[in-house]
Amino acid sequence: MSVPVLAVEEIGKSFKGFRAVERASFTVEAGELLALIGPNGAGKTTTFNMINGQLMPDHGRVRLGGEDVTGWPPRALWRAGVARTFQITQTFGSMSVAENLLVAILSREKSAGLLAASNASHASEIQTRLGEVGMGHAANTLCSVLAYGDLKRVELAIALVNDPRLLLMDEPTAGMAARERGALMRLVAERARQRRTAVLFTEHDMDVVFGHADRVVVMNRGRLIAEGSPEEVRASSIVREVYLGGAALSAIGGGGESSA
Amino acid sequence: MIASFLIQTLNGLASASLLFLVALGLTLIFGVTRVVNFAHGSFFMLGAYLAVSFYGYVGGGVLGFWGGAVFAGLAVGVLGALIELTILRRIYRAPELLQLITTFGVVLLLKDVVLFTWGPEDILGPRAPGLTGAVWIFGKPIPQYDLLLLVLGPLVGLLVWLLLTRTDWGTRVRAATEDRDMAAALGINQALMFTGVFALGALLAGLAGALALPREPANHNMDLTIIADVFVVTVVGGLGSLPGAYVAAVIISVVKAWCIGIGDVRVFGTVFSFSKLTLVAEFIVMAIVLIIRPWGLFGTPPAPQRVTAASILPMPVPDLKRLWPLGLVILALLALPLIADRFTVVLATDIIIFALFAASLGLIMGAGGMASFGHAAYFGAGAYAAAVAAKAGAPFLVAVPAGVTFAGALAVLFGWFCVRLTGVSLAMLTLAFAQITWAIAFQWDSVTGGSNGLVGVWPPELLSDKTAYYFATLLLVGGAILLIWRSVHAPLGYLLRASRDSRIRAEAVGVDVRIIQWRAIIVAGAAAGLAGALYVFSKGSLSPDSLSIPRSVDALAMVLIGGVQTLVGPVVGAVVFMTLQDWVVRATPYWHAVLGITLILITIIFPQGIVGTLRQWRQRREAEP
Repeated sequence: MSVPVLAVEEIGKSFKGFRAVERASFTVEAGELLALIGPNGAGKTTTFNMINGQLMPDHGRVRLGGEDVTGWPPRALWRAGVARTFQITQTFGSMSVAENLLVAILSREKSAGLLAASNASHASEIQTRLGEVGMGHAANTLCSVLAYGDLKRVELAIALVNDPRLLLMDEPTAGMAARERGALMRLVAERARQRRTAVLFTEHDMDVVFGHADRVVVMNRGRLIAEGSPEEVRASSIVREVYLGGAALSAIGGGGESSA
Repeated sequence: MIASFLIQTLNGLASASLLFLVALGLTLIFGVTRVVNFAHGSFFMLGAYLAVSFYGYVGGGVLGFWGGAVFAGLAVGVLGALIELTILRRIYRAPELLQLITTFGVVLLLKDVVLFTWGPEDILGPRAPGLTGAVWIFGKPIPQYDLLLLVLGPLVGLLVWLLLTRTDWGTRVRAATEDRDMAAALGINQALMFTGVFALGALLAGLAGALALPREPANHNMDLTIIADVFVVTVVGGLGSLPGAYVAAVIISVVKAWCIGIGDVRVFGTVFSFSKLTLVAEFIVMAIVLIIRPWGLFGTPPAPQRVTAASILPMPVPDLKRLWPLGLVILALLALPLIADRFTVVLATDIIIFALFAASLGLIMGAGGMASFGHAAYFGAGAYAAAVAAKAGAPFLVAVPAGVTFAGALAVLFGWFCVRLTGVSLAMLTLAFAQITWAIAFQWDSVTGGSNGLVGVWPPELLSDKTAYYFATLLLVGGAILLIWRSVHAPLGYLLRASRDSRIRAEAVGVDVRIIQWRAIIVAGAAAGLAGALYVFSKGSLSPDSLSIPRSVDALAMVLIGGVQTLVGPVVGAVVFMTLQDWVVRATPYWHAVLGITLILITIIFPQGIVGTLRQWRQRREAEP
């Protein structure tokens, strides 16, 4: 069996005695969309932040293509092929859409000179990448005036400038209109299939989870309680119990599929 | 040996009490209003002067001294309330940097109020009645008053602590410090509380100023001297922490006192004068704390700041077709010596030099989003290095690069610490660095000439004519300014602006934000060093004023008047500022007050500066059909 792109091994984190995450382990394979779900306070964000370098786990390892990257800072992870998007979109507000991508490209090229020209040699790459997320028409628009859904696409394009092995998305569709959600996730899914990118995302919206994830990991109270295909997870009685207090998960998830 | 150590420790603890009272007031105000009150040192100075005047009217004795201290505290408290009601209240929602500058406007204003009311001379104050003697400990004398101060500081601190923990008002203040929005939601009358806290903080500073009188005469340097120390205390102790303020005040004061106590020490035949190293010791203490705990001994790391997009203007690549005004300006500058008299040429040389100083600060403040209240450190370092080199016989073409290099090297050192902080903590740190640099220049007689400075630094024969020097300056400064402008749209500038817009996004695409910011500080420091080196050869002499806090604030004012987030703003600001200064200084002795009021008005009414406001008008006009 091939080495998974991301392997999380028994990671855990406590805050002042409160165990936010306990011995969580899972993997993400190339080309796979893995959703990390759970009720509020389940430990999703903590887990996520231990993978993206914002938090140092108390124990356990995070491996990227077999290499131990536990505790690497975000910038080192990006250079190793990990890209991420934020729950509240983070772009460079004072710059145009094209300049936002330019920054990521300059960073990738390790170009930080004082006098060199910045733009010309990267113009075609920027156009191509904006085209891939459907934002080619907005290259010269300022990020600060974009609609939220468009901003999400721009952020995705920025994150993908390093052609990552692993894409981490924290609540990718939070704050978006229902129709835009599906479009964004289809874009991500297509990218994963074509470029064999592994995608790990946290999500509250069950339509998005069951409509687009290949596999789902469920957390509750800091522990992994279930893992499997969307169908398996939806059918799981444990998940139903803890996640929605017994409410029919299938009904909600089922409704999502038809609209997605 | 042990005895003198003990004496110096007690002496240090007495100093710490005064420092603590001022720092306590600053911290209380910051906790509730989130404003770092630059004018807190001015309250301290006013307290001293008011107490002296009270003593003058009432006469000596217990009433004259202690009554004076109470009167000074109360009067400064009332003044604080008035300032809060008229000025501070308008800036609570403004960005931190603007708040600092507004309160610095108050510093300048109060400086001239003191000058106008009490005149320029130092005034000796009263000594505490019944406490003029000394107590002998281990055969060494320690002033009785020092022993009283030593107790008084913690005692007042305890009273404030009781006020905060045992009264309803204190509970509300603590609630507001913890969570402003929550306190507002609970129906706490914020406006009244802000005024009250501000008055209390001012009262503590005024009281400390009055209590300082037996140890030093009331003088015009008290305001900036104490505020620089208080900023160091706040950075070391942690912004907003009461115990932090006391512990840091004690550490700083005691270490300084020890340095004085050690005195001259002979090591391998060389005499080291520890008493002159007090400021270096202060710097080392601060550096160690910042390396180990960047947020201070008792501080907590601030939540990552989210810069609202609306507060940052874009800095687009200039449109070449719109550059014709720049061409006209260059032509006018080249033609100037043909039509202007000698005086105007000299003034224009000054303006050009300060345009570079402002542009270099504009790079780190505008594109970098890093406030600096100590940019004059680099200007002065460049000037001193060039002057010292020239005095040692180096030719102009060696002395000027030496100035640039030395300033750049200083920026390497200071910048390394600066990029570890953000926001107001960063602003306070830069100010502390600059004040330490100033003090070294002031004290190191053998190299810098001390308070007299250095004289007789002239350019070579070829440039000795004022017009020739004008053209040389124009060439060098023009090149440097174009380089700074270029860098804003070069890779370094993009990564710098990206780090300012969203630090976490920049880090998430592989940008090492600290390294990028550090580089920008070094570039800006070297450029300011060039301005300083050119300045000293233009003037022929140099004094520690060239790296004082007011010089740093001149640069801030220029950047602000022109517009922080514009490319040409700082340069326009320098021209306006210098012309205005030249004009006002000749019309009135109260230039500080005029500048202070200007700063207050700009920060409240035109926070975008001249160029920023013009650009907004143009954009609005273009937006209309």
